[in-house]
Amino acid sequence: MSILVDNQTIAICQGFTGSQATLHCSQSIEYGTNIAAGVTPGKAGQIHLNLPVFENVSQAVKETGADTSLIFVPAPFCKNSINEALDSELKLIIVITEGIPTLDMLYLKAKADELGVRIIGPNCPGVITPGQAKLGIMPASIHSKGKVGIVSRSGTLTYEAVDQTSQIGLGQSSCVGIGGDPIPGSSFIDILEMFEQDPETEGIVMVGEIGGTAEEEAAEFIQEKISKPIVSYIAGVSAPPGKRMGHAGAIISGGKGTAEDKFNALEKAGVRIVKSPADIGKAIFEEINS
Amino acid sequence: MNLHEYQAKFLFKDYGLPVSKSELIFHESDIDQAVSKLNVDSFVVKAQVHAGGRGKAGGVILTKKKEEIRDFCQKWLGTNLVTYQTDEKGQPVSCILLEECTDIETELYLGLVIDRSSRSIAVIASPDGGVDIESVAENSPEKIFKVFLDSTNKIKEEEIKKLSEGLQLNQSQNLEFSSLIKNLIKLFVDKDFSLIEINPLVIDNSGKLNCLDGKINVDGNALYRQEAINGMRDESQEDALELDASKWGLNYVTLDGTVGCMVNGAGLAMGTMDIIKLSGGFPANFLDVGGAVNRESVTEAFKIIVSDSKVKSILINIFGGIVRCDIVAEGIVSAMQDIGIQIPVVVRLKGNNSDIAKKILEKSKLNIFSETDLTLAAKKAVDLSK
Repeated sequence: MSILVDNQTIAICQGFTGSQATLHCSQSIEYGTNIAAGVTPGKAGQIHLNLPVFENVSQAVKETGADTSLIFVPAPFCKNSINEALDSELKLIIVITEGIPTLDMLYLKAKADELGVRIIGPNCPGVITPGQAKLGIMPASIHSKGKVGIVSRSGTLTYEAVDQTSQIGLGQSSCVGIGGDPIPGSSFIDILEMFEQDPETEGIVMVGEIGGTAEEEAAEFIQEKISKPIVSYIAGVSAPPGKRMGHAGAIISGGKGTAEDKFNALEKAGVRIVKSPADIGKAIFEEINS
Repeated sequence: MNLHEYQAKFLFKDYGLPVSKSELIFHESDIDQAVSKLNVDSFVVKAQVHAGGRGKAGGVILTKKKEEIRDFCQKWLGTNLVTYQTDEKGQPVSCILLEECTDIETELYLGLVIDRSSRSIAVIASPDGGVDIESVAENSPEKIFKVFLDSTNKIKEEEIKKLSEGLQLNQSQNLEFSSLIKNLIKLFVDKDFSLIEINPLVIDNSGKLNCLDGKINVDGNALYRQEAINGMRDESQEDALELDASKWGLNYVTLDGTVGCMVNGAGLAMGTMDIIKLSGGFPANFLDVGGAVNRESVTEAFKIIVSDSKVKSILINIFGGIVRCDIVAEGIVSAMQDIGIQIPVVVRLKGNNSDIAKKILEKSKLNIFSETDLTLAAKKAVDLSK
């Protein structure tokens, strides 16, 4: 077991022939992930990374039986690509692309909810289930198969948590980057619920950051629904209000979205909080083994 | 990206919203024509900067005299306006908005914002306008009226009714409000805004609605398809270093500490700032060099960090996943040699080939301390900043 992706996953890649997609898909394939085909409009019929390239998603799905799409399409064209994926009876759409307009995501998120399709991202590193499938841009080498579920709004901070949980011998069940945008396809709550159901996940690391109230909402959910130990770090205690810290969603505005508020809400919900990103691995080790 | 009040009002007018008659003054030589074109008895004169609190800072006056308009323009054009929302330098004034003065009966608040929790556009109205809406929400939440638009981004008649009742409008004002709110939503969606605030929206002494101020934030991700809005960008209102950094694909935010930071990834960059603070130091900046860490981006990042004279030490924290640490190390060494960095640099490289990277850094004979443990690296950088 695991969440979202495993060795049964059949994936296609949209924006397949671009340089980022080429780099990361070849690493995913090397990892053993079943990427069955690619989609790049205008390049149908070509063979890329030894795989067929299709004109559109529905053809690729029909030919391969894919259930998942990994999207690298540049932001200006990404609304159309996600839309196409939503219309093609896929179960999971993982969007790596950064810079998608917020109103596009409002529309796509509403449509995905209506169709019952899960979107992960955008502006995220993707999803990995160590030893089974890697659909994203995370470095494979730091991961190890194990028992910690990791969910995060940030890419490199996720790697930090992954590395620490590998070093301390716990390993990961699955790692999910939900992305740094204001309107993500999936929330902390969506992923926490899956980790709670997953028998291989014994503890959860949740990495949040300033901006919005997703962590506060997760805290309420955790109090009611999560029985597994959780460790949480929130980035940006030292961030000034009114300044966007890299991610489109990482901004304290109108006094809302501070790291203090999030830490407080999570602590009240019984979550073990750590104030330094260097302490994540040790803390989840203690929580699981206590 | 933010717009000026006069740009917001230009867009309001374009979308059929009620605004005061106005003229713009960019130079003193514009004053005579602006005054005679407006042809009114009394004026509001407003300095245009990207910051609130202009009134209290002397950036807004009411007058009937052309001489006072001239004095105001002489005072502000080409100088900086400091308000409680700006830093101590203030924001440069290059444009002054001259408007017909409105006799105000009532001040209301109307705002549109992308609401992250409900994943929708929220319309927020309050009969308590003219003041900080956050404090109204805090002190008298019963005076805040909200509706959340469905995925069509259209407002329903009963939602309009809820808002206009909340605003305590009369029948003719209801009609005006209904068209105003529909047009405002259309503007918001057409132009990819992330926030519009009209504070205050006023009822004047003839009972009519008027948008007396306008604050607009634009979704930066959508600028590629909003050419006209992008053309309204006023770079003079932005932090020069942050702007320069963005041209190199670097995300940089100035802070007031002494430890410069260079990190890959926004989350880890914030995490690095946090750990500097936990170690008893103060970060001088947020800086995300992005995914492609190479010699060019590292060089530009160094230049930006050291242009802040407060910086006493630098902490580089790179989690090399896809990028190899030895390549990053070579980039750091040659960038430091190129620019001639004298202040101490603590480098924490994690990931592929970090052992080779450490050797490259040590062999360089530069003022570099290599440390793979993040906590120790932060402590070292903080010690060196004191």
